[in-house]
Amino acid sequence: MGAASTLLPAGAQLAATRRAAPSRVDSILDLVGNTPLVRLGRIEADCPGVELWAKAEFANPGGSVKDRAASRIIGDALARGDLGGDRRLLDSTSGNTGIAYSLVGAALGIPITLVMPENVSLPRKQITRNYGTELIFSDPMEGSDGAIVLARKLAAEQPDRYYYPNQYANDSNWRAHYDGTAPEIWAQTDGRVTHFVTGIGTSGTIVGTSRRLHEFNPKIRCIGMQPDDAWHGLEGLKHLPSSLVPPIYDESALDETMWMPTDEGWDMSERLADQEALFVGHSAGANVAAARRVGMQLAERGETGVVVTVLCDRGDRYFGPMKWEKHYVW
Amino acid sequence: MATVHIPPALRKYTQGQEEVAVDGANVRDLLGNLETSYPGIGERIVDDKGAVRRFVNVFVADEDIRFMENLDTAVKDGDEVSIVPAIAGGR
Repeated sequence: MGAASTLLPAGAQLAATRRAAPSRVDSILDLVGNTPLVRLGRIEADCPGVELWAKAEFANPGGSVKDRAASRIIGDALARGDLGGDRRLLDSTSGNTGIAYSLVGAALGIPITLVMPENVSLPRKQITRNYGTELIFSDPMEGSDGAIVLARKLAAEQPDRYYYPNQYANDSNWRAHYDGTAPEIWAQTDGRVTHFVTGIGTSGTIVGTSRRLHEFNPKIRCIGMQPDDAWHGLEGLKHLPSSLVPPIYDESALDETMWMPTDEGWDMSERLADQEALFVGHSAGANVAAARRVGMQLAERGETGVVVTVLCDRGDRYFGPMKWEKHYVW
Repeated sequence: MATVHIPPALRKYTQGQEEVAVDGANVRDLLGNLETSYPGIGERIVDDKGAVRRFVNVFVADEDIRFMENLDTAVKDGDEVSIVPAIAGGR
């Protein structure tokens, strides 16, 4: 950045430092982050005067937004000396984080052990195992909370064997978004972003992105979306009133909470594929449904806005089991 | 009587019970009787058209009813029936 650019306002400065997609890299990890921002032109027709944009996180090399947190968590642990030698990284995951850890672990030579509910889909088990990751299964009836409990137990029993980063309590998780996702959104919208909305899983994306966006402009409204009930089908998202609340979750970073029915999120996933050619997962569908709601509220009041959300991953990660795989869950 | 396994998110309807015994010759009858015994739980499993919700999987003796006769799937005495959210579960 040249001296002259320090005279530019923050938005223009960031735009000036925007990096183009690299044509060649030394490591797959150099491709994490700096994802494209895609305009949702057809969904946007529901809220005239409002722009809807989405971060294409499926463009990360592991296929999801989780590459950001995983690479930051492992990088920071290596720098502190928490990882290295034969010590294994052990964490619980409902899927995408496991794939991301496996990718980063393979790239850096760090051995990975994952605890996941036994009923995660077969492709996820295969993807993580192909990176050389060791899998331990928890009770499918207990969901992702059961995996957390088992991971904690294993880490407590064998502290020398395992480094337990606990993505739900690890500051590197939200910092990946504070230093990455948020400045990217600010630059890609030339500082025009007015609203950021995304679902809460570990809460890393909403907490880190909101903190930084509020520093850029305190008027940006940051909205955390949660499933509307404990009994929901939005994989990767948490209904906090009935869950273990992630220690990194900081409600004060948010301006508002929105409650999303499963069907609205699933319907939007289908619509995104059909109308925007974006075949994304259900949490991405729920995110866009939430962004659309924000946009419609603005349009009803006759206001304009630039609403940004996150496309967490692609839909092909969620293909249902084929008939011959019907025993896969149990 | 079949044994129905209740997932954590629905145990508020069964006073915390993880398993309940329910009668029913097929899944439709069994879910109806489950609702009679534990009011409110039924609409969490089936939608207003009476179909199993898209994000819910029902298993009879480890078989997904979508791959059998759906709500007409027969339930035998002593069968284990599980109601499982599809999240973290490949759908």
